[in-house]
Amino acid sequence: MADNGNAVELRGVVKRFDDFVALRRADLDVPEGSFVTFLGPSGCGKTTTLRMIAGLLDPSEGDILVKGRRINDVPIHRRNLGLVFQNYALFPHKSIFDNVAFGLKYRRVSRSEVTRRVREALALVRLPDVEERLPIQLSGGQQQRIALARAIVFEPDVLLLDEPLSALDANLREEMRIELKRIQRELGIATIFVTHDQSEALAMSDKVVVMNHGVIEQEGTPEAVYNEPATAFVADFLGHSNILPARVRGREGDYYRVALEDTGMEILTAAGNAGPLETGAPVRLVLRAERLRLGDGHEHRDGDTLLNARVDTVDYQGQLARYFLSVAGMQLQAINAIDRRPFAEGATVQVRVRGDDCVILHGHGD
Amino acid sequence: MKDTGLGWSTIRLATIVVCLFMFAPVAVVMLLSFNSSQFGSFPMEGLSLRWFVELWHNDAIVRAFQTSLVLGALTSMISTTIGVLASMAMVRYDFPGKRLVSTALVAPILVPEVVLAVALLLFLQFLSVPKSFPLLLAGHVIFTLPFVVLVVQARLVGIRREYEDAARSLGANPLQTFREVTLPLMLPAVLAGMLFSFTISFDDITGTLFWKPGGVETVPTQIFAMLRNSISPEINALGTVMVLITVALPLTGAALARRLAARMRGR
Repeated sequence: MADNGNAVELRGVVKRFDDFVALRRADLDVPEGSFVTFLGPSGCGKTTTLRMIAGLLDPSEGDILVKGRRINDVPIHRRNLGLVFQNYALFPHKSIFDNVAFGLKYRRVSRSEVTRRVREALALVRLPDVEERLPIQLSGGQQQRIALARAIVFEPDVLLLDEPLSALDANLREEMRIELKRIQRELGIATIFVTHDQSEALAMSDKVVVMNHGVIEQEGTPEAVYNEPATAFVADFLGHSNILPARVRGREGDYYRVALEDTGMEILTAAGNAGPLETGAPVRLVLRAERLRLGDGHEHRDGDTLLNARVDTVDYQGQLARYFLSVAGMQLQAINAIDRRPFAEGATVQVRVRGDDCVILHGHGD
Repeated sequence: MKDTGLGWSTIRLATIVVCLFMFAPVAVVMLLSFNSSQFGSFPMEGLSLRWFVELWHNDAIVRAFQTSLVLGALTSMISTTIGVLASMAMVRYDFPGKRLVSTALVAPILVPEVVLAVALLLFLQFLSVPKSFPLLLAGHVIFTLPFVVLVVQARLVGIRREYEDAARSLGANPLQTFREVTLPLMLPAVLAGMLFSFTISFDDITGTLFWKPGGVETVPTQIFAMLRNSISPEINALGTVMVLITVALPLTGAALARRLAARMRGR
């Protein structure tokens, strides 16, 4: 089979558990050397997909290819994939050295070569002096590094990471995030990372695959999925968005003029990727909470819409504040950096909506 | 908590009484086994190991001991092997009729032993198979198996599957995974199961009386036979030896298992 530069390919993969469909017909490419993240809430099918690639589950339909080779019928122990679990799963009865060396044992590697490669892997994860210890003697973060070393020491075709940072506390998680990305780059190994944490997904990935209810909602670069959500779910799941039903009033150059259904208020919106829309067509307007600028009097610029709003509630977060606003009976939320002091509850503010920040989704949804 | 008050002294008293009631008879037997007198009763006339020596020279008892040891060892080996495999099937795999098999595996504890004993005997008669040592062994395996299954299953449920998944993803086939990961992780339970089945087999009299072929005696049936004639102080000595075996063995085993577990935790 021709090598098309993909480390992993899914071709029409479906997974059913009895009546429940965990994954609906997924097609996906994981390019060689890239870092791809499956992002979604629990039960969205991301872990199921990973487990099928790993060989821990069998797909109900479709083909899974690794390096152009169909591996549906290859048992897990012959797939040559590095797997890292949320709970590390280091063998508690084996020393760190034996844990890391485990994969080499089944690959006909000479003893001196085993020692060399284990040391190399431990150096890569920056834990060179723990060979003799048992897993229990290491901290959670250290154990996860060892789990990573164990998964890469035999040079697998693909690295599969199942929520590897979720069991760590916040500071450690950020540190490990950077560390993980460094190691992945250094090795240039194709990596699939499963998480429900959007900041992990956005920070680490070359490509984010957003999943929900067994469906791939959108895939693209972190910037693309964040700035140009293809569905309401993506807009809502990544960050905080206001999703407002509206109708198209007409086209004005690169903008559509749309009227909000609730209030009849008109907002100028960048046409972007929305494609041709007829006047009167139902749409949804996505306004990112952090793109709404609050002020007590903005100068007007082309393509901007100014709304008068009242602050209902303030969720103070130190450097940021999340405001819940009512605009003529309609509820909006906005996240703004705090300039010394947040707006008070009950205050009247002006909200600036920039047309270039708006995204139009077709239809009114379900 | 303060240890004053009527309530606490009552509880303490009750505890002491219960313990006395349970262990005093055993203590008496052990004490009397060192009595030099011909009659196994108080007052003791002097200390002597005479009855242990006589025990050693009593061919019937020595033979019964050998039978019991061989029977117990074989029972525990077979029971543990089957029990470990059955537990793996119950906990790690899905198959039709799993519930039924699970109940059937544990049922021998629930059925009164006499019923089980008679049932097996009648079944063998129906098949016109004569009683033999292998059949006695089979009987013992049947009613020690539930204990092994219960202990090993409980442990296996607590071993997260990820360890095995990890081993297989690293290239170990199912057999290698079992040997390298699953078995070492459940070793304490496996040892406990072995000890259980050994002591239960070594101790058993009900089933053994029904199943043993003529001329074969285990230690309990031998004692039973001796009691029918007279109460010889030899029996006290034999009792002492049995207590030592059935108590010392599990204790040693438990200590061993604890040390193993501690090593696993890294102490």
